[in-house]
Amino acid sequence: MIELTNVHKSFGKVEVLKGITASVEKGEVVCIVGPSGSGKSTILRCINGLESYESGDIFVEGARVDRTAPSIVAIRTQVSMVFQRFNLFPHRTALENVIEGPLYVKKEPRAEALERGRALLAQVGLAEKADSYPPQLSGGQQQRVAIARALAMQPKAILFDEPTSALDPELVGDVLSVMRKLADDGMTMVVVTHEMGFAGDVADRVLFIDGGVIVEQGPAKSVLNQPQHARTQDFLRRVLHPL
Amino acid sequence: MQAFWRDATEFLPILMSGVALTVIVTIGSLLLSTALGLVWALMRVSGIGIFTGFSAGLINVIRGIPIIVLLFYLYFVMPELGLTLTALQAAILGLGIAYSAYQAENFRAGIEAIDKGQIEAAQAIGMGWWQTMRRVVLPQAIKIVLPPYGNIMIMMLKDSSQASTITVAELALQGKLIASSTFKNTSVFTLVALMYLTMSIPLILLVRHFEKRAGHK
Repeated sequence: MIELTNVHKSFGKVEVLKGITASVEKGEVVCIVGPSGSGKSTILRCINGLESYESGDIFVEGARVDRTAPSIVAIRTQVSMVFQRFNLFPHRTALENVIEGPLYVKKEPRAEALERGRALLAQVGLAEKADSYPPQLSGGQQQRVAIARALAMQPKAILFDEPTSALDPELVGDVLSVMRKLADDGMTMVVVTHEMGFAGDVADRVLFIDGGVIVEQGPAKSVLNQPQHARTQDFLRRVLHPL
Repeated sequence: MQAFWRDATEFLPILMSGVALTVIVTIGSLLLSTALGLVWALMRVSGIGIFTGFSAGLINVIRGIPIIVLLFYLYFVMPELGLTLTALQAAILGLGIAYSAYQAENFRAGIEAIDKGQIEAAQAIGMGWWQTMRRVVLPQAIKIVLPPYGNIMIMMLKDSSQASTITVAELALQGKLIASSTFKNTSVFTLVALMYLTMSIPLILLVRHFEKRAGHK
């Protein structure tokens, strides 16, 4: 469903992606792990055209991702994104945030969008916060609204860019359990994360990225429990046993 | 003091007709400068080279020309080029254009203050550039832009007096005409100053209100 072939990307003279080739099947949950600055987030941002890439190809459901082409809008409505810092619209209520895309991008009838918006807020456990503004919500609540906003587009896949990294530790669980439920329901997900527990439990596959290349990939259990590559072993040791 | 009050009751009706024109010039050029300023600002942040360059260049040209010269140009030079404007039209157009540069820079500052993540979130749900501006960026930028906007309104009210140089009989010119025919300079110009101040007070209060509201968020 998502195909990356030999994708290269530089910021100025710094090459951050050095030939990424990977694919994500329908219904699959893929976690991308690796040290910061390794290019994990850039991969996600290239998939929905928030960043351009210099060479290689990215296809989403057969359509090539080109952020300057009009077709990017269709791709973005099919592949939603959840950001590290939530990026909710602070001047709109939780419910308005959720229905913004359906109403103004997909031009759905208001009643229909409202009904589904409320259902989605209920699904992420925030039915009673529909009329709250983002600054009135905790980080975990904001991120769950952001997930509802992503779901409201009825996407075929959702990209999560370190969705729990900006949260207080006690709020991480709420967000992860919402994501786990989505995975159980068969949503295609690409998750950049430092939550190795989540990756181990929920992901079908794990990609370990370092220095702009995929160092190792495979079933979550084998990559996380029996990493083959020295860099993967070293990274996992640091993450799992920081002291 | 008694003489002042006597002069005041005598001159006030004439000065009030000047006030009417002052208000018309101020509101007219405020609307025009806001509209033009928004256009320049949107061009400037559009990311399209030719628009950005045009807007940046235009703003510098406008900022570099004194308002009074701009007014003379519109009123005295344009007729030679085939465009004859009434004094009032030239005044509104001139002040509107002159102030559009300051409006544009204010709007641009407001737009650029919005977190990039907001724009990315809008793009990520499939919004185009214009929709992102209208639904996400501009509603948030307004709060940032309003306090300086209020100050621009006050400056405009006072600068509307420059319309007197092209024969618009607004408050300053009416005052000057009365003063030069009655020689009661003190009474007349004190009255004129007080009337400008009186018109500024609601605007000053409005700015304070904007600032308080911006501070809350």
